[in-house]
Amino acid sequence: MKRSVGLMRLYVPPELLMPEKYSPPLLQVTGLKKYFPVRSGIFSRVSAWVKAVDDITLHVNRGETLGLVGESGCGKTTVGRSILRLMEPTAGEIKFEGEDLLALKPRELRQARRRMQIIFQDPYSSLNPRMTIGSIVSEPLKIHKIAKGQELQDQVNQLFVKVGLRPEHQSRYPHEFSGGQRQRVGIARALALNPKFIVCDEAVSALDVSIQAQILNLLRDLQQEFHLSYLFITHDLNVVQYLADRIAVMYLGQLAEVAPTEDLFITPQHPYTQALLSANPVPDPTAVSQRTILSGDVPSPLNPPSGCRFHPRCPQVMEVCKVTDPPLIQIGSSEKGHQVWCHLYG
Amino acid sequence: MNNSDTKNPNLQLGHDGGVVLEKQETPWEEFLRVFQSDKQAVAGFAVLMVLLVMALTGKVLTEWWIIFDPEVVRLPDKFLPPFSFVTEEIPKSDRPFGGLYLLGTDELGRDVFARMFQGVFVSLSVGFVAVGISLSVGITLGGIAGYYGQEKFDLKIVLFGILLGLLLLYVKWNFLGYSVIAMFLATWAFRISVDTFIMRFTDAMLCFPTFFLILAAVALLPPSIYTIMIIIGLTTWMGTTRFVRAEFLSLREQDFVTAAKALGLPESRIIFRHMVPNALAPVFVSATIGVASAILTESGLSFLGFGVPPPFATWGNILSDARGFIFDAPWVFFIPGVAIFVVVLAFNLVGEGLREALNPKLRSR
Repeated sequence: MKRSVGLMRLYVPPELLMPEKYSPPLLQVTGLKKYFPVRSGIFSRVSAWVKAVDDITLHVNRGETLGLVGESGCGKTTVGRSILRLMEPTAGEIKFEGEDLLALKPRELRQARRRMQIIFQDPYSSLNPRMTIGSIVSEPLKIHKIAKGQELQDQVNQLFVKVGLRPEHQSRYPHEFSGGQRQRVGIARALALNPKFIVCDEAVSALDVSIQAQILNLLRDLQQEFHLSYLFITHDLNVVQYLADRIAVMYLGQLAEVAPTEDLFITPQHPYTQALLSANPVPDPTAVSQRTILSGDVPSPLNPPSGCRFHPRCPQVMEVCKVTDPPLIQIGSSEKGHQVWCHLYG
Repeated sequence: MNNSDTKNPNLQLGHDGGVVLEKQETPWEEFLRVFQSDKQAVAGFAVLMVLLVMALTGKVLTEWWIIFDPEVVRLPDKFLPPFSFVTEEIPKSDRPFGGLYLLGTDELGRDVFARMFQGVFVSLSVGFVAVGISLSVGITLGGIAGYYGQEKFDLKIVLFGILLGLLLLYVKWNFLGYSVIAMFLATWAFRISVDTFIMRFTDAMLCFPTFFLILAAVALLPPSIYTIMIIIGLTTWMGTTRFVRAEFLSLREQDFVTAAKALGLPESRIIFRHMVPNALAPVFVSATIGVASAILTESGLSFLGFGVPPPFATWGNILSDARGFIFDAPWVFFIPGVAIFVVVLAFNLVGEGLREALNPKLRSR
């Protein structure tokens, strides 16, 4: 059937012209909570809850890298693993491409896992020591019946080349490789199912700096090639500055500030972000550093402070901070997406 | 492969354009290399192989196609030392093979070599079957406790337990029936996890002194070689259970298991392809040593007279019979003793060798 549309004035809605801007984000996390029970006594009664992640709302757009930073134990990894449902969240909603991940049945979840993957921090424990790296990478392809025989072999070879490994090393075992090479195997495994979203859980923290740069560049190249979205979890600010489009700062299970990378580094709003940035070493010996030194330790998530969780260590603490939870403040226009949870700007 | 890939200088291409996989030492070859470098383990393994052959031929030659008859009593020839020849008084049909008592005779003039030969099969099969039983119980319980441990008993399992209890009541095993029902009701009422249930049961089993538990059970049950195997098997699984549980608990938290989950692999594949191979190597090492201790236990039982009933010869009851004549006929005493010692030593050496060869950390040397 042939139909001429040349003369018709078609109304094309803007979301069709610019899908990136108008379509819902790839991943929308709303009110995510993960509490771990603390058991004690003979009958293992739950005596308390560790609030590892307490009410986090964030989103990741298509093709974007969201950096998630914070100090050790603030719940970054728990957020990443809860999103992938490697841990069951206590409460919240996770929408991936509009699909509610928490409502999926085990079978559907296994199918959904093809679209989201994870790269781990420790390249030594993330590969099965009793499998060759070839079978580690080909296993997901086989199990999900994506390819077999020669086609499978070709795909695996391509994956190896993509991540910068020699395909003829496939019959080797993980212990024969260095940390950087193993991390590349981990990346190849994550890429095998052609996912849209990858959680990089401290993916370069265990590597030395020269290798870090290689892996970061690899991740960036792969992002462009496959149009990937990353949730990049790290404690290294230089790494996120290099890679992330937006950065979310976490403190003790809650978000402190979310902002585009440039904004965050130039105009950090939250006192915690300011302290974090001032602690970041600058590779310039003549730079005069004005450090904000925080006093005290991170409180236990078992018994978090009332009101703003940062108030016992905050240099600009006010009375209201000790009582009321901080409100969400938009800095600048809402389109810019610079959000901060702080009473200072309320 | 597309063109851009074939230009990659890192890629070695074979004549047909495909990628040539380099020849690598398979894990099996590597295992063999490490195992062979341990001379003691190889010696132990050789001894075990000889014993295995002896056990099979011994079974055939002493029971079916009788060349060495362990049961012939020749009173005139009693207490002959090893390498003595048969005396003229013995009728032709009762003479040993070749007229020679290779290992001497005992207090009834029975050929010690024939009796020892018959006993190899008993000792080895007790060892292997008992360890097989204990391994299957241990790995199953330990695996369940380690993998599903944190989960609570759900109503289905509790109902199944209660049904089991009712069944026991029906066959008039009242005490056992009531205990089973009470146990499962308690697990449900107190929200006890699977792990707690299995491990406390294991702890309870460990509280019994094993040897006396076996003695009591043997005294109550009909004496036969199979009873002994089953009882030894069912009283020695606790170590394996603890071991496998600990391995599974630590493996569960490993990133490669999380990765397998994230890849959407089915649970059975995660357990059997990723966890079990990493958990079993140390279990097999302890199993090898378990065979040795099962053989010792069987010998001990036979020595005390609770073992395999006579006239069937086992190393334990040869030893037991000989203890009254230790000064008149020391060979009857020493031969089974040395044999038990050699077998146990061989199993232990092989176990040590396996430990070295299966440990991935020691492998890369």
